[in-house]
Amino acid sequence: MAKKVVVIGGGIAGMESSAYLAEMGYDVTLLEKEDCLGGHLRNWERLFPTMRLGQEVLDFLKLGVDTKVNVIRNANITKVNRIEKRFQVELDRGASFNADALLITTGYDTFDATKKEEYGYGIYDNVITSAELEKMFMEGKNIITPTGKVPKKIGIIHCVGSRDEKVGNVYCSKVCCVTAVKQAIELKEKLPEVEIYCFYMDLRMYGMHFEALYKEAQEKHAINFIRGRLSEASENMDQTVMIKVEDTLAGKPLKLSVDLLVLMVGFVPSKGTKEIGKMMGLEFGTNGFYKTKDQHTMTNVSNIQGVFFAGSCTAPKTITNTITDARAAATTVASYLESYDLEIRTKAFFQ
Amino acid sequence: MNFAWFVLPFSLGLFLLFILVIFKISFWVRQLPLRDRLLLNRGIFSFKIFKVIKEVIMESLLHRRIFKINPVLGFMHMSFAFGWFMLILVGNMESRLYAGTELNLPYYAIFFKYFVHQPLTIPFAEGFTFIMDFFLVLVLSGLLIALSKRIYSRVVGMKRTTKLKPFDVFAMLSLWFIFPFRLLAESMAAGMYHTGGFLTQPLGNFFAGFLPLGPLSYAMWWAYSIALGVFFVSLPYSRYMHIPTEIVLIAFRHFGIRRTKEYDMFKDVEVFSCSRCGICIDKCQLNTMAQVNTIQSAYFIKSIRKKNQQEAVVQNCLVCGRCQEFCPVGIKTDDLRLSQRMIFENREIADFHYLPQDVPVKTDILYFAGCMTHLTPSIKKAMLNILNSSGISYRFMDEDGSICCGRPLMLSGNNKDALKLMQTNKDIIRSSEAHTLVTSCPICLRVFREDYNLNINVVHHTQFIESMIAEGKISLENSGAKISYHDPCELGRGLGIYDEPRNVLSQTGVLLKNSLERKSSLCCGGSIANNQNYNLNKDKISQQVVAHLSAKEPDMIATACPLCKKSLVKYADIRVADIAELVSEQMVSNKADASRAEKKFNVESVEA
Ligand SMILES: Cc1cc2nc3c(=O)[nH]c(=O)nc-3n(C[C@H](O)[C@H](O)[C@H](O)COP(=O)(O)OP(=O)(O)OC[C@H]3O[C@@H](n4cnc5c(N)ncnc54)[C@H](O)[C@@H]3O)c2cc1C
Ligand code: SF4
Ligand code: SF4
Ligand code: SF4
Repeated sequence: MAKKVVVIGGGIAGMESSAYLAEMGYDVTLLEKEDCLGGHLRNWERLFPTMRLGQEVLDFLKLGVDTKVNVIRNANITKVNRIEKRFQVELDRGASFNADALLITTGYDTFDATKKEEYGYGIYDNVITSAELEKMFMEGKNIITPTGKVPKKIGIIHCVGSRDEKVGNVYCSKVCCVTAVKQAIELKEKLPEVEIYCFYMDLRMYGMHFEALYKEAQEKHAINFIRGRLSEASENMDQTVMIKVEDTLAGKPLKLSVDLLVLMVGFVPSKGTKEIGKMMGLEFGTNGFYKTKDQHTMTNVSNIQGVFFAGSCTAPKTITNTITDARAAATTVASYLESYDLEIRTKAFFQ
Repeated sequence: MNFAWFVLPFSLGLFLLFILVIFKISFWVRQLPLRDRLLLNRGIFSFKIFKVIKEVIMESLLHRRIFKINPVLGFMHMSFAFGWFMLILVGNMESRLYAGTELNLPYYAIFFKYFVHQPLTIPFAEGFTFIMDFFLVLVLSGLLIALSKRIYSRVVGMKRTTKLKPFDVFAMLSLWFIFPFRLLAESMAAGMYHTGGFLTQPLGNFFAGFLPLGPLSYAMWWAYSIALGVFFVSLPYSRYMHIPTEIVLIAFRHFGIRRTKEYDMFKDVEVFSCSRCGICIDKCQLNTMAQVNTIQSAYFIKSIRKKNQQEAVVQNCLVCGRCQEFCPVGIKTDDLRLSQRMIFENREIADFHYLPQDVPVKTDILYFAGCMTHLTPSIKKAMLNILNSSGISYRFMDEDGSICCGRPLMLSGNNKDALKLMQTNKDIIRSSEAHTLVTSCPICLRVFREDYNLNINVVHHTQFIESMIAEGKISLENSGAKISYHDPCELGRGLGIYDEPRNVLSQTGVLLKNSLERKSSLCCGGSIANNQNYNLNKDKISQQVVAHLSAKEPDMIATACPLCKKSLVKYADIRVADIAELVSEQMVSNKADASRAEKKFNVESVEA
């Protein structure tokens, strides 16, 4: 009989690893707490760096899980039991699933921008997050500010909830710099007259085609990039938002009123990641994401034997990275089920 | 004349002690400014002296405040101080009655049992013997606790006790040896001459059974005297200097000697008054929550005394006032800390020429949000909503951004630069002719009240809201939400504002009780007063404070300080809100009034 794998979390990582494991011949159950698969990807209209529609990637992923994977939606996990080397995952509606290995792909949440109160999110109407802007793109309507104006000036703030000790997150979220560039280009395409100002600490254009996108934003779309961190935002009488930034290249403080302020919210471990981790006794790293056994050599392995990770539940990742990681996790799980001693080399070198 | 050579160590020690203490006290007094010296002279010959005596008895002898905080520790201190004092007092009465003269040398009473071999012929002789033994037992029981405290500090309910240097151990041991030697010497005397009481007599009889008491007891008298002598001589150089100094401190307080911001004589007296009881150590969250255990007041004060202040110790402190609140000697540890920071930081570096020189508009009520409130705009927005809907007329002093109130600089020790900012703000406030200044930030509030000398009513917004409710200007609807309230350090311990926030909150929701509140409340960790590399510790503290506040599963955490809000929100899974926000949401607003107020506000702020 085929060995059983339960995958928890039906985002990109969960879907792609399930597809690979099922193809390999394992009996795979994918548990997703929402009523549809896809995770965050469902909310992104166009993707960097290709500008391909998110829906296309979603369709690609769905094809992988359509036939061979047992997909359970609206799955609310209440308990995970460990019986010797096997696991039993219980749901609130009484169902339970046995597994020889567990793969956790519970993903991330976007940073709650109300925690960075000085940026005015939730207080001033015309302050929105990158995820909300994406939603506007998705809905395909004209771009207007929450107070009903066609924006003439838009500010985009990088590193909101990332690289910020004041909110307790010191890490870089990796996708938001290039998301800012992508969204700025999209805005400019929809509203050619608009002036856009991106405020960054430094631009992290590390991906193969990111730099080209950034160049296009500057040269083709005349988007302004200003190095400086927003100190505070306040609301003007006409509900435009006044931002105060120190331009650290020019070395002078800068005040600017914008019609719309877009906050590039970072990654934080998702609520599901925290809950499942606490429930099972999985180790968290200093940044609150799951801790992998070794940062080079055991990237998909947890502190509990037979439990593995994939995707953004261990660190912020782009879709490309997530898919690669999901496939790596599938091989790691398979190796474990085929009784390879995965840890022997790591132990020999690094422990 | 009664004399034996062994009285010399004691007598010499006492003489030296006397000289050294007098010398030190006169040093303090001579350094006082003339005005304070006059106050001191006047105080000594006024009724105030009785208050001093009363407090000396209650605190220096009975250690009432330590008792309140920690009964076992209180007993330990009391048994040493009061027990020994009574031994000296009763011993002197006894010997004087016996000798029928006032003019004995001090040693006579101390070594009375050596000199007098027949049963006493004074009235209540048995009573005296009993009392003397009783107090000896009391002191010895304190000694036993002290001993076990050194071995295992939890005996007295302390997680950590002070760390000692070799000289301290030496002084401590000399103190500890005094009473066992006394017990042995007196018991042996009793064994020979039957002069003992309920403790010394049976013990003496027991020794008599198998020991050569004559030479041995003589040796014990020597040992007793040497222990006393050594203790006396080491006292001025050890922490035991706190015994005479605390009396000076109590007198200084009652006579109204002035305190300044600098390290002055008052503070020097405080430094020498610290008994290193260690109570402050366990109260400090840097110790209990962040494992920083070298900076607490006990250690910090010791470093001042040793003139060995390290910047890292001086600066690594939240100035949260928790240790000060519990210090049984009443040392103002916060002021002390800031006075030391001035040594490192008090320099004019900033150039504030760019500050706006606005011509302010006249008003009765000024609202000052402060920079932290500008960084928590939901508080600012809520306050403006409350003020506007109440219909009162006011001005928003720092609508276009604040000029810093100066307290952050003061907390870092840079009073010189702070004064420049303060003067600018003061000019604006003065020329507005306002009679009331309302602030949202307790940090600003404190400096406005304590250092600006404004002579107008300076209130926190919780106080102002409370009075607006009382006057019927606004009314609230109770949401029934369960609220856990966090007392901000500057508002609570700093300014004693505990009730107003609670009164207001209990009208917006259901206020939950909490085991560490009011004076014992925790610091949120976000104090701007700690300018060491401190972020990790800050987070450890905030996390634990959030856990504490969430223990009773409230619907939200409320506070009354923008900085507290910011530090708590970082780790809270539930809502963290300022009282102003809750009030603004729960206001039963009279719509017509509200819109009128809004218009008025617009007009005013355009003018401003
Ligand atoms: C604004 C924004 C734009 C982005 N745009 C791009 C882009 O253009 N290109 C790109 O490469 N990347 C982009 N990303 C990054 C991309 O979103 C991530 O790489 C990707 O979503 C990670 O997938 P994941 O499966 O690891 O996590 P998620 O997408 O978070 O999926 C996790 C899934 O697990 C489920 N789950 C969680 N907990 C439980 C539980 N306890 N039980 C059951 N199920 C659970 C969730 O419901 C969810 O379906 C963007 C990110 C942001 C914030
Ligand atoms: S990717 Fe860019 S915006 Fe995002 S956290 Fe890193 S540096 Fe900041
Ligand atoms: S500062 Fe106060 S509490 Fe701390 S050791 Fe000294 S006397 Fe005790
Ligand atoms: S003021 Fe607070 S942080 Fe500083 S020593 Fe006292 S208790 Fe510790």
